Amino acid sequence: MVLEVDGLRKRFGRRLAVDGVSFAIETGEVVGFLGPNGAGKTTTMRMIAGFLEPDEGTARIFGLDIARERSRAQERVGYLPEGAPLYGEMTPVTFLRFVAETRGVPPARSRHVVMRAAQDVRLGAAIDRPIETLSKGYRRRVGLAAALLHDPMLLVLDEPTDGLDPNQRQAVRELIARLAQERAILISTHSLEEVEAVCTRAIVIHEGRIAADETPAALAARYPGGLEGAFRALTKGEERL
Amino acid sequence: MKSLLAIYRRELVSYLTTPTAYVFVAVFLLAIGMFTFQAGRFFDLGRADLSSFFVFHPWLFLVFLPAIAMRLWAEELRSGAIEVLLTLPAPTWALVAGKFLAAWTLAGGALVLTMPLWATVNALGRPDNAAIAVGYLASLLMAGAYIAIGSAMSALTGAQVVAFVLAVLIAFLLTAAGLPLVLGFFEGVLGAGGAEALSRLSILHHFDAAQRGVIEFRSLFYFLTLIGLFLTYTALAVDARRGG
Repeated sequence: MVLEVDGLRKRFGRRLAVDGVSFAIETGEVVGFLGPNGAGKTTTMRMIAGFLEPDEGTARIFGLDIARERSRAQERVGYLPEGAPLYGEMTPVTFLRFVAETRGVPPARSRHVVMRAAQDVRLGAAIDRPIETLSKGYRRRVGLAAALLHDPMLLVLDEPTDGLDPNQRQAVRELIARLAQERAILISTHSLEEVEAVCTRAIVIHEGRIAADETPAALAARYPGGLEGAFRALTKGEERL
Repeated sequence: MKSLLAIYRRELVSYLTTPTAYVFVAVFLLAIGMFTFQAGRFFDLGRADLSSFFVFHPWLFLVFLPAIAMRLWAEELRSGAIEVLLTLPAPTWALVAGKFLAAWTLAGGALVLTMPLWATVNALGRPDNAAIAVGYLASLLMAGAYIAIGSAMSALTGAQVVAFVLAVLIAFLLTAAGLPLVLGFFEGVLGAGGAEALSRLSILHHFDAAQRGVIEFRSLFYFLTLIGLFLTYTALAVDARRGG
């Protein structure tokens, strides 16, 4: 199993952000993480990536516990944080080389590795411009390239297409479909259309708990109004203004 | 180790590609020059040594070095890039040490730029060059301690200005504990023995000792312990962020 999440729980002050989330992902799967804002998607992904420590439960990547063997587990994950925060004063090429070298890629190979990842996400001429001058779409691509650099077998992507225009979104979806053949991918998204287009499985999370975990088609068939109907029915009660 | 080097390089380049570091180094050099020649009366003393130069180092460092160190962690937290850093497979101590060493290198660079003064005293007379070399070594070690304090405050508060103010305060207390004025006060409270013990814990006590031309093992140990303590504290503060 590439990723096994078992009973993850995380509390911020009095709020229980993630309340006993368990699931597993195998190679070849693209799992869409769905849920309203604040449902616990980002917190769960942060715990899998080793940015936050779980209060309870474990996440194992190829059997390596993220809390106990953090660095070894992190070597096997490519993670795109929400909003793709980066170092603004660096250029994509210097940033990606920094990530590659921190990940232990020898300097002689880092140039090749960086160029390949930059090509995968179609960075083009943006590669030499300061990151702070790039558009949101390009920044997201730089973040995505950083996640792909070391050719990880597990990708955890927090809203990889958020803020992209339709052409960029299509390009990222094609990239995900291509990468998925030999990897396990977990993506969070607000776009139900995206789940239908690229995901083999959809996990709906609501108030920190898993409300549904099945194929997008099976989920859509259970509720009137397809996937959108399912999403609304499963996450009701959140948006009373 | 590879990750430490990568962090070190990134941090150093980041210092050298932004104007802030240059401004700080330039102002430091200007200030140390002014203090040495005006307040320290370098020429009037008629002595071929650098005592009127080194005597101002603690007081200038305790303001300038927290200013250099304040961004080390606070900037990561502000921009959110901390999430990139902490999800790389690097142990926290390597991140802490890499950043610290980059700032320390910058301080070392500023010290190197004061070396024309060393050349000047050699042109004017025959100074004890070994004593001056020890003075520089002690100054570098002391700079490391101030940067470690700045780094810890930066990781703890996550806000540059607050980190700066707290670091200056801690650095000042640690330094001034060796001043006769402060000692006199504590002699009244703690007795002569207590005040003496307190002064041994001060940066000034160990820095002054080194200015006599010999760096004692306990002073070396003192500065390295301060650096180690505050870097450990930095690592704990960074790891505490993982707890949410």
